[in-house]
Amino acid sequence: MFTIFGVPSGALFGQLLIGLINGSFYALLSLGLAVIFGMLNIINFSHGAQYMLGALTAYLLLQVTGLGYWPSLIIAPIVVGLLGIAIERFFLQWLYKLDHLYGLLLTFGLALIIEGVSRHYFGTAGLPYTLPDSLQGGRNLGFMFLPNYRAWVIVASLTVCLGTWFLIERTRIGAYLRAATENPTLVRAFGINVPRMITLTYGFGVAIAAFAGVMAAPIYNVSPNMGSELIIVVFAVVVIGGMGSILGAIVTGFGLGVIEGLTKVFFPEASNTVIFVIMAIVLLVRPAGLFGRRA
Amino acid sequence: MRKFLGLAALAATLVCGTASAQQINVKVGVLTDMASLYADDTGPGSVVAAKMAAADFMKDHPNVKVEVVSADHQNKADIGVQTVNQWIDVDHVDMIADVPNSGVALAIAPVIAQKNKVFVASGPASSDLTGPKCQPTTVHMTYDTWMLANGTGKAIVKNGGDTWFFLTSDYAFGHALARDTSAVVKANGGTVVGEVAHPINTSDFSSFLLQAQQSKAKIIGLANAGGDTINAIKQGAEFGIIAGGQKFAGLLVFAPDVAALGLKTAQGLMFTETFYWDLNDGTRAWTKRWDKERNAPGKLPSMNMAGVYAGTMHYLKAVAALGSAADGKAVVAKMKAMPTDDPVFGKGSIRVDGRALHPAYLFEVKKPEESKYPGDLYNVRATIPADEAFRPLKDGGCPLANG
Repeated sequence: MFTIFGVPSGALFGQLLIGLINGSFYALLSLGLAVIFGMLNIINFSHGAQYMLGALTAYLLLQVTGLGYWPSLIIAPIVVGLLGIAIERFFLQWLYKLDHLYGLLLTFGLALIIEGVSRHYFGTAGLPYTLPDSLQGGRNLGFMFLPNYRAWVIVASLTVCLGTWFLIERTRIGAYLRAATENPTLVRAFGINVPRMITLTYGFGVAIAAFAGVMAAPIYNVSPNMGSELIIVVFAVVVIGGMGSILGAIVTGFGLGVIEGLTKVFFPEASNTVIFVIMAIVLLVRPAGLFGRRA
Repeated sequence: MRKFLGLAALAATLVCGTASAQQINVKVGVLTDMASLYADDTGPGSVVAAKMAAADFMKDHPNVKVEVVSADHQNKADIGVQTVNQWIDVDHVDMIADVPNSGVALAIAPVIAQKNKVFVASGPASSDLTGPKCQPTTVHMTYDTWMLANGTGKAIVKNGGDTWFFLTSDYAFGHALARDTSAVVKANGGTVVGEVAHPINTSDFSSFLLQAQQSKAKIIGLANAGGDTINAIKQGAEFGIIAGGQKFAGLLVFAPDVAALGLKTAQGLMFTETFYWDLNDGTRAWTKRWDKERNAPGKLPSMNMAGVYAGTMHYLKAVAALGSAADGKAVVAKMKAMPTDDPVFGKGSIRVDGRALHPAYLFEVKKPEESKYPGDLYNVRATIPADEAFRPLKDGGCPLANG
């Protein structure tokens, strides 16, 4: 094949595909964050811990009840989503009228507690979680070997992302939610139970994070640290995409995954930092983010 | 009358003075990684090992009082240096132990030397600690990158693995390990076809593994450790690395890592270590006690934790022989003069450049069907005697070697 900048084209396409796969995780997580911030005005710093809880729940479901990957994909988000609802009811609902900082501090504290407790019981080396049998193996695409599971990751996250975007932007219930964010009093006057909608929205955002966690369990190390490693990058993604924009989160997530993948080929030592460099540039040029609405 | 009372008081204090002259107070600080990628290979397990050494020593030497403190360096050199400064200046710590992460170790070694305290480095790997960066107050226990390269690298090249691609952790340790292993590979007739450096604590290796696959090298050398090695091997299985005919060479693998990977994924991995809990009766008995103290079922002790125990015991013996822990250089000189003997490493010695010498072992991970009980992970493939396992004194480049 031909070479681009000294790298064989086959290698490059392979890296682009890997970048898309990583981008799927960024997109899923930043989607949850964008939904929560856009709708609730809460900066949910415990998002990474909730992602980790999703993976941990899948692991525990396997160990304790023998339930495998496919049931866990449904059960774990529901369980962690319920936990999210509890957090919202007990802690977050008192903070909506206050400065953003309080929500950030509270959720950050919750993240530390959740991760610390998990670390105490499970250590940091990681817990084993095997690929489901139906998704084992892969196909040789000529320029790379694509594991079936990673292909599934792209498909699943695209489905969830686009489904969520459609739900919020194109359905009636999504319209109620967006209206409730802008003017809760008026929407309540129409008889819509705004507090319940907000609670369910937070639970939904958390459930998306847990869903990403279950998908990550077979390929990344299930360890109490897995969330904190990812969450900083995800915040950068959300900032670049625009804090309240759903579409921005999805597009930026996938896009930055690809850019990070390319960096790993040409300048691997910088692969940790390239997203933050881009964030700095975007904030200088467009402070609201690429798709952001607020100034 | 006053003069008589004054003389009587003076006499009384003199009598009291001589009676308690033998009391020695020592403070040991375990600087380790409590929560990140090396926490299961060192961390709380290392603190337990240090406390065991202190308790064992105090039992036989009632006039010595040993206190053990600990801190988390979070794999950051600046936090390590800050902690060491505070420990020595404010908290009167006499000896720093463990310190996984060669970057932190290389940063604190000159600080400890300048303050004339002792550094029992049982955690870091870089062979520079007894090479160009050696100090008269540093003792390097357990292992180093030269030993790993020589033990594992030579065995694999002799077995037919003559083309290598390195996955290197991008800091002092990874580069030292890749450098030492490349030298061994080339010296034994192999070639290094490529290398890629990844940031420490990477969770996704897919991109780097793809590059390794495309290099077509027979052996993918993992010049990293802890969580990074586990992730690389796990994801390698997913990308069909082994099925494609390539093999992983785990250049630094600890027993807790193998337990985390599971035998199905880790079987066949060959690497060099200096301690295994099931090696002999001495190690088994020590592990039983460690397990009780650690009180976290299912965890295994690593060679680093054994190094903390052995290093601390030998340090305390030297302090007791000298009568005081105040002069770090003198204590280390005494440590080098006395032969070492403990249940974890057996008999050994400490060389003039600070290198602790004892046998090393080439281990191979068992197949799942070969494992008869929990923790039964390794087969011993070879024993490397102490005088062959470590780099010869003249090759190190340590100024102390000439004196």
